[in-house]
Amino acid sequence: MRFKTVTSPHLHQQTGVNQVMRRVLYAMVPGITALVWFFGWGILINLALATVMALGAEAAMLAARSKPLALHLGDYSAVVTAWLLAVALPPLAPWWMTVIGILAAIVVAKHLYGGLGYNPFNPAMIGYVVLLISFPREMSAWLIPHGIGQPHALSLLDTLQIIFGGAGSLPIDALTGATPLDVLRTQLGLGQTVAEIRNSPVFGIVAGRGWEWATAGFLTGGLWLIYTRTAAWQIPAGLLGGLAVMATAFYLIDPQHYAPPWFHLWSGAAIFGAFFIATDPVTASTTPRGRLIYGAGIGILIYLIRGFGGYPDGVAFSVLLMNIAAPTIDLYTRPRVFGERQP
Amino acid sequence: MSALFPFHGGLKTVRHKTESNQTRIWTAMLPPRLTVPLRQHIGAIAKPLVQPGDRVLKGQMIGQPDGYISAAIHAPTSGIVSAVDPQPVAHPSGLADLCVTIESDGEDRWINRQPVNYPHLHPSELRNVIRNAGVVGLGGAAFPSAVKLNPSGRSERLDTLILNGAECEPWITCDDRLMRERAADIVAGLQIMAYLLGPYEVMIGIEDDKPEAIAAMSAACVRTGYMVCPIPTRYPSGSVKQLVRLLTGKEIPVDGLPVDVGVQCFNVATAYTVHRAVNFGEPVISRIITVTGQVHGPGNFEVLIGTPFAALIAQCGGYREGVERLILGGPMMGFALHSDDAPVTKAANCLLAVGPAELAPELPVLPCIRCGACMDVCPADLLPQQLYWHARAKEFDQARDCHLFSCIECGCCSVVCPSHIPLVQYYRYAKNEIWALEKEKQRAEQARQRHQARMERLEREKQEREAKLRQKAPRVEVVASSGKQEG
Amino acid sequence: MIIAVIALGLLAGASGLLLGFAAIRFKVEGDPMVQQIDSVLPQTQCGQCGYAGCRPYAEAIAAGEADINLCPPGGQNGITALAELLGRDPKSLDPASGIEKPKMAAVIDEQRCIGCTLCIQACPVDAIIGAAKHMHTVLVGECTGCELCLAPCPVDCIQMVPFAPTVTTWKWTYPVVEVKAAA
Repeated sequence: MRFKTVTSPHLHQQTGVNQVMRRVLYAMVPGITALVWFFGWGILINLALATVMALGAEAAMLAARSKPLALHLGDYSAVVTAWLLAVALPPLAPWWMTVIGILAAIVVAKHLYGGLGYNPFNPAMIGYVVLLISFPREMSAWLIPHGIGQPHALSLLDTLQIIFGGAGSLPIDALTGATPLDVLRTQLGLGQTVAEIRNSPVFGIVAGRGWEWATAGFLTGGLWLIYTRTAAWQIPAGLLGGLAVMATAFYLIDPQHYAPPWFHLWSGAAIFGAFFIATDPVTASTTPRGRLIYGAGIGILIYLIRGFGGYPDGVAFSVLLMNIAAPTIDLYTRPRVFGERQP
Repeated sequence: MSALFPFHGGLKTVRHKTESNQTRIWTAMLPPRLTVPLRQHIGAIAKPLVQPGDRVLKGQMIGQPDGYISAAIHAPTSGIVSAVDPQPVAHPSGLADLCVTIESDGEDRWINRQPVNYPHLHPSELRNVIRNAGVVGLGGAAFPSAVKLNPSGRSERLDTLILNGAECEPWITCDDRLMRERAADIVAGLQIMAYLLGPYEVMIGIEDDKPEAIAAMSAACVRTGYMVCPIPTRYPSGSVKQLVRLLTGKEIPVDGLPVDVGVQCFNVATAYTVHRAVNFGEPVISRIITVTGQVHGPGNFEVLIGTPFAALIAQCGGYREGVERLILGGPMMGFALHSDDAPVTKAANCLLAVGPAELAPELPVLPCIRCGACMDVCPADLLPQQLYWHARAKEFDQARDCHLFSCIECGCCSVVCPSHIPLVQYYRYAKNEIWALEKEKQRAEQARQRHQARMERLEREKQEREAKLRQKAPRVEVVASSGKQEG
Repeated sequence: MIIAVIALGLLAGASGLLLGFAAIRFKVEGDPMVQQIDSVLPQTQCGQCGYAGCRPYAEAIAAGEADINLCPPGGQNGITALAELLGRDPKSLDPASGIEKPKMAAVIDEQRCIGCTLCIQACPVDAIIGAAKHMHTVLVGECTGCELCLAPCPVDCIQMVPFAPTVTTWKWTYPVVEVKAAA
């Protein structure tokens, strides 16, 4: 009797890439829920638009590269990229911005570099940075919390009209405002102290009003990702650690002009970036020690950009900068092999 | 019992032990024809001592060890040698190798067995007894045991002698049953090993999912001072490097052997065969093998070396419906056989017939997403993802720099890979290529030297000829020398 | 003025000594480039490149007289290795020198061999043994597969036989289950 011969091992776990990616999507749900509650339908519309566009772009690129469509669309990696980018976009961003961002992410950053597993840069962050540099005004116009759970909420129809048809007669400028980090930055530039700025209505208990709840949601999802070992704990630990150390140091030097560390950790995309963006395994460092260094590098860069750079938040730039460094970090942080003498 | 020193990584695998470990060891039937491979061990192939037509007795040496690292082969039953030629053997390639085929006469008549009283023997003589009995490691690697039992060249005594009863692979239960039923014999063999090696301590590592075996071995070890150490059930605790670390906390160096850290390690079945060889004069002509999976009556069988797998399967009541693969060894490190007409060898510890029920459906391979799941389970502390990139790109130097040769091919990385990449095959491929390239280099160097030697010889001969001519008579007309007379 | 001259003189002297010392201490024997090239070549000594052996070919490459794609036994891998060593672009094998073949060894049909010793004289690595009017045989372990013994044989009793894989030389293959196969 003849048999099939394949190499050992003959057992395999059924966890696949698609399951890993699906877990990331599940973990984003609490944070997204909070965002929708505070910032309204725009978030959901962006998500839906980005998902459709991402799948379309992915399918087109796969077809162009003659790769199996169903297999790769089913790995959910394009959906993860779409969600990461959509969450980072202003809730009332016009539809063509989402389209441009997704095309930059999927077509340029992902497929032109070889597709899943081969892209050196985080696709969602490439998409974000392309938009941030090209359309700085649109990208900084965030909605003042007017979500479905808020008074004066924008209706679904109004939101659709703003996104797809422009503001028209709607008082768009009255609805949007600067993000909390932007406010902090501008006001500090005007010579105000941190304490004075914190009295502004955009701030809540710890950080930006509304924002802080979204951050709590993303933290919950992120911790679940770590618990299920979907993401490596070293990257968020390194990132938040690096950011905290920098913020604490400057806060201790001058609490008048530097925001406290808890504000930094809880503001902007720090938590979201630590658990969802920086943990993208394809573009991160892969060694245990390397991941800590990689995370810490992002954390430090975030603080430097926030404090001294030209942009209110720096997660995207920091992640991309450390993406470049990842191969070098890997090279110098190889763990000791079993039986190898300590150098 | 001393504390344990856990190793990094590893897996909790499915167990599937109860299918085969609930019944006693059966004695397999004597098949009409036995095909005994002459290469059943690591090292040089044994030199055949018989020719077709020869009559052999059970236990008669039919293959002589060829060199220090080699092992003797014996006739498993009495009968007539019908052929000494290449026959299909159990090998991942499915290729043939030199075998002695014996037509059994059904009498199963032994040679004159001579037990030895080993405390009266010089250790080298005792080692020779073990060597001539063809004892090799029965855990799967089949390294000649007499070599490992030689402490010469080491000034200090061996620290620890370890007996490996971990049996960490799923499905395999032959060591489990052996320990339950023949613990006293194992300990008797262990005493012979301890006599040769003189270790300070003797430890027996058994995974804690085998409480009966632990109890039986503990009972047999009473008043010997040997320690029975239950170890956590975690694959691959039965791998030498991991077991040594688990029990002693010492790490075998990257390019080293257990003796480099003062440890020597044997399988429980090896100790049993040492006992049979020394105290009964019986060479290794049979072994206990687990036959399990999709067969009608799984169990453990004491089977003669050379019995075709098909005969063994037939004795288990045959295959069940839907058998896809026949695996020799466990599902983690065993290899799939091309057919079941290959014979049982000393290294064959398990025959596993698997179908869709055991095997996960084969999933499409996706690109590596660098998630590092493989790194988290690697018991050798490697970066399997980096090894994979280099092996895949055929960058063998870099793969070697990343300690490719520290890989024990345990398969943990392939099991957990979410992209379903056949990682272990990439590593095997890279290792094989590196070995082949090295062999090629050696051959080229040898050819270069031979060519150089030839050129020098030709030059020398030419000069000698000229010198002779000059001596004779330096005439004007030069005698034409016919260059064709040389050689 | 004097001080400057002395200082410079001393400096020059010290540098000279240092250089002289370095020249002796780190002396490199022979022509390492030729040796390095030679070590990459397969040492079949077949002469298909047009030179009298691997060493002469290596010397020709080092001197810039010969191209790196003239060695059929080394094959594409050998050309790549040479290109890497010399920092040049790899090329494909020059078909004028021959084609890449699997590794083979010469086998003498001992029934037909007349014992003329011509093949023995042709063998560059002394891998054929025998004496005049006695049967010859090839030491398979030493044969480089250069085929130089084929032409001189007056009775055409030598054949090239490829090495068949055995259980000791068999290799695991490169995994073929790649993404495309799943389509």
